[in-house]
Amino acid sequence: MSETVSIVIDGVSMAVPAGSTILEACRSTDNDQPTLCYLETLTPVNVCRVCVVEVEGSRTLVPSCSRVAEDGMIVHTDSERVRHSRKVVFEFLASSVDMSLTDDATKGWMDRYGCDPTRFGPQAGPVADRDHRHAGHHHAPTGDTAETVSQPVKVDNELYVRDYSRCVLCYRCVEACGIDAQNTFAIAVAGRGFDARISTEFDTGLTDSACVFCGNCVGVCPTGALMFRSEYELRNAGMWDSDRQSVTRTVCSYCGVGCNLELHTQDNRIVKVTSPADHSVTSGHLCIKGRFGYSYVQELGDLAVTPIDEVLARARR
Amino acid sequence: MDLRFIGAEVSEGEREAIHAAVPAAEVVEVDGRVVRTDRTSLRHHLLPALDAVQSAIGYVSEGAVDEIAHRLHVPPAEVYSVATFYALIQTEPRPPVVAHVCDDVACRSAADLVGELGDRDDVVASPCLGQCDRRPAVFFQRAGSPDLVAAPATASEVSSVLDGAESITLEPTVDAGPLLRRVGRVDPGSLDAFRSTGGYVALARAIEMGPEAVIAELETSGLKGRGGAAFPAGVKWESVRKQPTGPKYVVCNADESEPGTFKDRVVLEGDPFAVIEALTIAGFSTGATKGFIYIRGEYPLATERLRTAVAAARNAGLLGDDVAGAGFAFDIEVRRGQGAYICGEETALFNSIEGFRGEPRQKPPFPVFEGLFGRPTVINNVETLINVNRVLTEGGETYAASGTPDSTGTRLFCLSGDVARPGVYEVEFGMTLGDLIERAGGAAGDLGFVMLGGAAGSLVDASALDLRLTFEDARAAGVSLGSGVVMVFNTEVDMVDIVRRIARFFRDESCGQCVPCRVGTARVEEAVSRANGSVEASLIEDMDRAMKDASICGLGHTAASVVRSAIALGILGEPQ
Ligand SMILES: Cc1cc2nc3c(=O)[nH]c(=O)nc-3n(C[C@H](O)[C@H](O)[C@H](O)COP(=O)(O)O)c2cc1C
Ligand code: SF4
Ligand code: SF4
Ligand code: SF4
Ligand code: FES
Ligand code: FES
Repeated sequence: MSETVSIVIDGVSMAVPAGSTILEACRSTDNDQPTLCYLETLTPVNVCRVCVVEVEGSRTLVPSCSRVAEDGMIVHTDSERVRHSRKVVFEFLASSVDMSLTDDATKGWMDRYGCDPTRFGPQAGPVADRDHRHAGHHHAPTGDTAETVSQPVKVDNELYVRDYSRCVLCYRCVEACGIDAQNTFAIAVAGRGFDARISTEFDTGLTDSACVFCGNCVGVCPTGALMFRSEYELRNAGMWDSDRQSVTRTVCSYCGVGCNLELHTQDNRIVKVTSPADHSVTSGHLCIKGRFGYSYVQELGDLAVTPIDEVLARARR
Repeated sequence: MDLRFIGAEVSEGEREAIHAAVPAAEVVEVDGRVVRTDRTSLRHHLLPALDAVQSAIGYVSEGAVDEIAHRLHVPPAEVYSVATFYALIQTEPRPPVVAHVCDDVACRSAADLVGELGDRDDVVASPCLGQCDRRPAVFFQRAGSPDLVAAPATASEVSSVLDGAESITLEPTVDAGPLLRRVGRVDPGSLDAFRSTGGYVALARAIEMGPEAVIAELETSGLKGRGGAAFPAGVKWESVRKQPTGPKYVVCNADESEPGTFKDRVVLEGDPFAVIEALTIAGFSTGATKGFIYIRGEYPLATERLRTAVAAARNAGLLGDDVAGAGFAFDIEVRRGQGAYICGEETALFNSIEGFRGEPRQKPPFPVFEGLFGRPTVINNVETLINVNRVLTEGGETYAASGTPDSTGTRLFCLSGDVARPGVYEVEFGMTLGDLIERAGGAAGDLGFVMLGGAAGSLVDASALDLRLTFEDARAAGVSLGSGVVMVFNTEVDMVDIVRRIARFFRDESCGQCVPCRVGTARVEEAVSRANGSVEASLIEDMDRAMKDASICGLGHTAASVVRSAIALGILGEPQ
């Protein structure tokens, strides 16, 4: 018998299993909350703060994704304070990061709160020095533009690219590469403050780093900052079209573990491989073989070369 | 965990430095492979290892990162991640001697040393160095030689230290009460001198009374934390004492990086044994057998004196397996920060000691339940701790009779800026701000504004001179005593420039973990930079509200406070 605690969320009393977070309690009814850094399969880092809620008696708002519900808690998820903080936090994000590929749910929340990321001024253009900034030192701004994380895309291997102009610093990739899944520790957060960034040691290229190209960081990235090379090339060529894609679930053929794969295909070509986050074997994570070792499937038989094949071949040049 | 290394060669000097800093016994190697893989047990040596290489060589190379990674079994990406968090750790080659020249709020109106020294790769601008009483201040990192401070400094003196000369630093001005009575009068290097001036009387009394009675005495005294939050010390100690199982820890927070604050430095340099005695009492009373003193890296003299004092206390049997022959074990380790204001935040400080980035943790859980290494922990400010000695020597009731009922005892105020005699002033709670400034000889020039409490505090004008300096009066007036900062700006000072420097400080010192603070501090600085004659007051208010409500820690909560007060005082021009 698991114990329960009673809480009131937006005027609705409910009993939830002890140890549930406020977010879990909300989602157990139809009261969804925005989240960005949170993912069911990873340890909560509570850094993005878009999920904050008001708990009566607490001086500040609290992150619903990590705060455990306590007996008698009275929670408001749609008070003026909550709406205000979420609005400004989204505005901070969208004013500094390219969020154009972030999921529709997030965009929906931003609309709902009436976000206006342009109110901090015009966005500053890309810079090349973000990997070499020193903690505690930055050039004083003029205030004419709003600083961004815009920077060149890192394309250093055939399997995935890192476009940190889209990075909201949610720490998901670091967790997936580290203790929560892969245990490879190829990447971590370097630097400090606005200059904090995801980095290998000394910003070395991925092929020289500890990376084993499992793609698990790509699988958890919420903003498209980490993107399979196939998707990246197709997008650049204007050919990525998710409406024309279908997903086929199958089991990886490489070893006997039984990882489920989702093959995303467009025009009869595999353009991306994922694994369901709720799959008991993988929790959404794969290894390099299941994730990237699919080209043999398309080389069987003598298929005619399609425009997609031509674009994908660019990645290997 | 199977680590992949960079494959870079470590130099002899780097290897020596690392091996001296990291106890070899903790690493077991077989045939050149590290077979002991318990990460947490080794990881807390990471910052000392980085410090050792930085101090010996002047920067941390790829080879050094590899060697540290190998020895501590920490992935190279994480060694780099931690190294780049700290302003005093460099990961690129740099001149062997580097001057960190303070251009923060007190120093910048005294001289433009950074400008005078010109564009050189061995001179970098620095946030407040905790030497505001003898501005302008400079801190030198010297590869292979001890770091040092010059204060007050001139451009030509800085140049000569960069060329190898030593420097001279003025003795601090101290207006002493019971807490500071030894500072400047008793040799800080002599345990005998300490003992012959009342030292270790409090510990003897504590041992005689027992833990419960010590804490009861603290509760009677009404002693509240001096680190900023004014939390009752007795309550904190009791929470940890009550935790049934060890290990527990006690930590002295000597990170003192709040701009305008230098009182803890004066205590540590002038009376290090007092801090050791108080921390020992904390260990005895809570059941902790290990204490840490985390001191900011820019305090080389205080660090040296503290280390000497810890060794002397250990030699005399006042630390160790059987403290003072009273049958309890307690020892202290001194840990050095590496240039990060945020590491003064208690949970960031724990992460820093543990070898992680100094990123604050979401509370709850609170440190008394899950603190350092996830264990119950008491963390107190230096000034809070030395008050314990006084409480036990005088008795809680006598102590509580000084100050006001809600703010008992004395407070160390850091007077700097445009006052006649900058220094540390120990006064009973309840003195007015105006009287305190008079005590320091009055304003130099016409008083314009005062920064009260620190960069996380607020600006006030002459209308606040009647404010009684107590926790309760400050709260009622919507200000904070913070870390005891009273920095005076006369009417000549360009206050817009001061406010911009404070906004820059928070942009530099945010750990970057949470969005409201990481982006908010940058946006506030941008808005303040635009405020030429008119200020976007409602935009700043919107940002401040979200930063106060949604940030993880106190840095984000207070980062826009001075800016908001400046807007209210009309310093940033007409609201737009
Ligand atoms: C950004 C930030 C910096 C801080 N820096 C310090 C510091 O340098 N020294 C200190 O004693 N407390 C500092 N604090 C407060 C500590 O978190 C903590 O409250 C204090 O050490 C508790 O000690 P006390 O109860 O004796 O005051 C800081 C807090 C924040 C949010
Ligand atoms: S691909 Fe795998 S190993 Fe490489 S960085 Fe991403 S998670 Fe880490
Ligand atoms: S790269 Fe993606 S997953 Fe990693 S921190 Fe940035 S946004 Fe998050
Ligand atoms: S408020 Fe600022 S300093 Fe504190 S955790 Fe957030 S980003 Fe870090
Ligand atoms: S989802 Fe809760 S803080 Fe990011
Ligand atoms: S030492 Fe320069 S402002 Fe404090």
